[in-house]
Amino acid sequence: MSSNSSPEKVQKTTGLHVGTIEPGVKKVDAIISMDHVHRQFGGLTAVDVEHLEIPRGAITALIGPNGAGKTTLFNLLTGFDKPDTGEWTFDGRNIAGVPAFKLAQMGQVRTFQLTKALGLLTVLENMKLGAKNQKGESFLRSLFPFLWKKQDDEIAEKAMRLLTKFKLDAKKDDFAASLSGGQRKLLEMARALMSDPELVMLDEPMAGVNPALTQSLLDHILDLKKEGMTVLFVEHDMHMVSHIADWVVVLAEGRVVAEGPPTEVMKNPAVIDAYLGSHQDVDLGTVTGRIPKISE
Amino acid sequence: MDWGSILSNTAQSLLSPATMAFALAALGLAVHFGFAGLLNFGIAGFMAVGAYGYAISILTFGLPWWGAALVGLGASVVFAIIMGVPTLRLRGDYLAIVTIAAAEILRLLFLTTAFEEVTGSADGLFGYHASFRASNPFPEGTYGFGPWTYNEVEFWVLVIGLVLVALAALFVWRLMHSPWGRVIKGIREDEDAVRALGKNVFAYKMQALIIGGVIAAVGGIVYALPSAVNPNVYVTSLTFFVWTALLLGGAATVFGPLLGAVLFWVLQSFLSNLLPALVSSGLLPMVSSQQAATLRFVLVGLGLVLLVIFRPQGILGDKRELTFVK
Repeated sequence: MSSNSSPEKVQKTTGLHVGTIEPGVKKVDAIISMDHVHRQFGGLTAVDVEHLEIPRGAITALIGPNGAGKTTLFNLLTGFDKPDTGEWTFDGRNIAGVPAFKLAQMGQVRTFQLTKALGLLTVLENMKLGAKNQKGESFLRSLFPFLWKKQDDEIAEKAMRLLTKFKLDAKKDDFAASLSGGQRKLLEMARALMSDPELVMLDEPMAGVNPALTQSLLDHILDLKKEGMTVLFVEHDMHMVSHIADWVVVLAEGRVVAEGPPTEVMKNPAVIDAYLGSHQDVDLGTVTGRIPKISE
Repeated sequence: MDWGSILSNTAQSLLSPATMAFALAALGLAVHFGFAGLLNFGIAGFMAVGAYGYAISILTFGLPWWGAALVGLGASVVFAIIMGVPTLRLRGDYLAIVTIAAAEILRLLFLTTAFEEVTGSADGLFGYHASFRASNPFPEGTYGFGPWTYNEVEFWVLVIGLVLVALAALFVWRLMHSPWGRVIKGIREDEDAVRALGKNVFAYKMQALIIGGVIAAVGGIVYALPSAVNPNVYVTSLTFFVWTALLLGGAATVFGPLLGAVLFWVLQSFLSNLLPALVSSGLLPMVSSQQAATLRFVLVGLGLVLLVIFRPQGILGDKRELTFVK
């Protein structure tokens, strides 16, 4: 993989794909690979993905207009929703039908569009909850503190390191409910990192975050990549997408209509229509038919 | 008015088996509702399972009292599992509906004449005390002082009851201050978030339902220890009295339910002694002595309303919780 500098001086990861760039293109090293994933709500087809691979060690953005099926795809990938048909693998393991909590234990952790800070737990308790394989979380062992006290202290230390990085250390004893919306986003991301994930999935990390905090959130996301994690995120803010994403997947009407490096994707007429507003009156729905989709 | 007897009756209720039974049931409910966020409106059912399991094991199967108590607790585990498997995957209010119905079904099963030989139907069960009394280590005589004077049988009940309350409180306190308790409290706040962090939410909720149910069943057994088991005790209003005790003390605390149960019974007993005395001495005009007995429930209800308005977190609850009520 080679790296070159983008105008914003963010190191982009390139050389992620094999062959011609088109929807469903094969990746050099895919962390997630899905086939024929189909999810219908009544008469509405929310997700209908023939083939999609998410590259490892890069930041992938999932974009698309409202109702394109981004969050549904997210829920399917994380086990919070079950598809009608389809199979997909994470790290080479088949994970179709695996419940959400097991996927999280495998190293795939997500955040939510509407932040889910655990309000009446302190910030530190929120963080500690994120750690995996805790001895004291088994009912019988929890009764004997000498079995888990040492591990719990180590988890607390790790939590404090992360909280310091996310500038929440001063809040550690406050209820999470007392944090501002942006701080809750930070807390949720920090909490997800407690489990040392391989793949971090962020559902609209910037929604409702003030511009001052946006930059620090962006830096945190870029740091994830530096630390060797794969990031997949849903976002509406095109500026942010082109700033940090290495690869962009565009969904419309549940289908992948375009994918590629951000600079390439931005030139795609379908994406221009949807996001840059040159043809705001054109319904993106027509795009699905206009761009020929490659079936294997 | 005989203030001496009013006060001594009130003081007695401080340590009555009913108070200890309520304390245990409220503690079990605290595990369900206060810590795990499970809306259980069938706490009377768990108490009934404990009490009937205890009495039936002795009368029908001839077990010793401690073996019978274990059967009662085992039955409450089974009851929790039967109730939890179909409902814990659903949202909280479904559990509320199922629990209230399950407790009623259970009570009607105990009440029906179809199983009269085992359950005693409407008469309930009694006369199962031989084994418990035979195990009494205290020699005949009187124990205690003032209003708290007991014979050896009452004293044995009291000691067992207090030991059980203390053990249950210690047990819950230990659990809730462990990583296990952290997961349970996280589930109360938002179970999807906890699921996303890799915890098996269903298993944790089931464990909480079982643990709280067992503690409530201990309460049912303590209730049954000195007296009898009657299906008319385990009605829905018992559930709501336990809820009252819980909310009075503070739902998400360990000692709140104990304090709440004591206050509930002391208040009940004080009013049920005071109001008829006021009527008979003519201090409460326009109220008959029968009405006076019911008036205490009105006053307790009024007290609860005031509590919910002015101190919704309960007496021992954390004040900060109030600021962030959803």
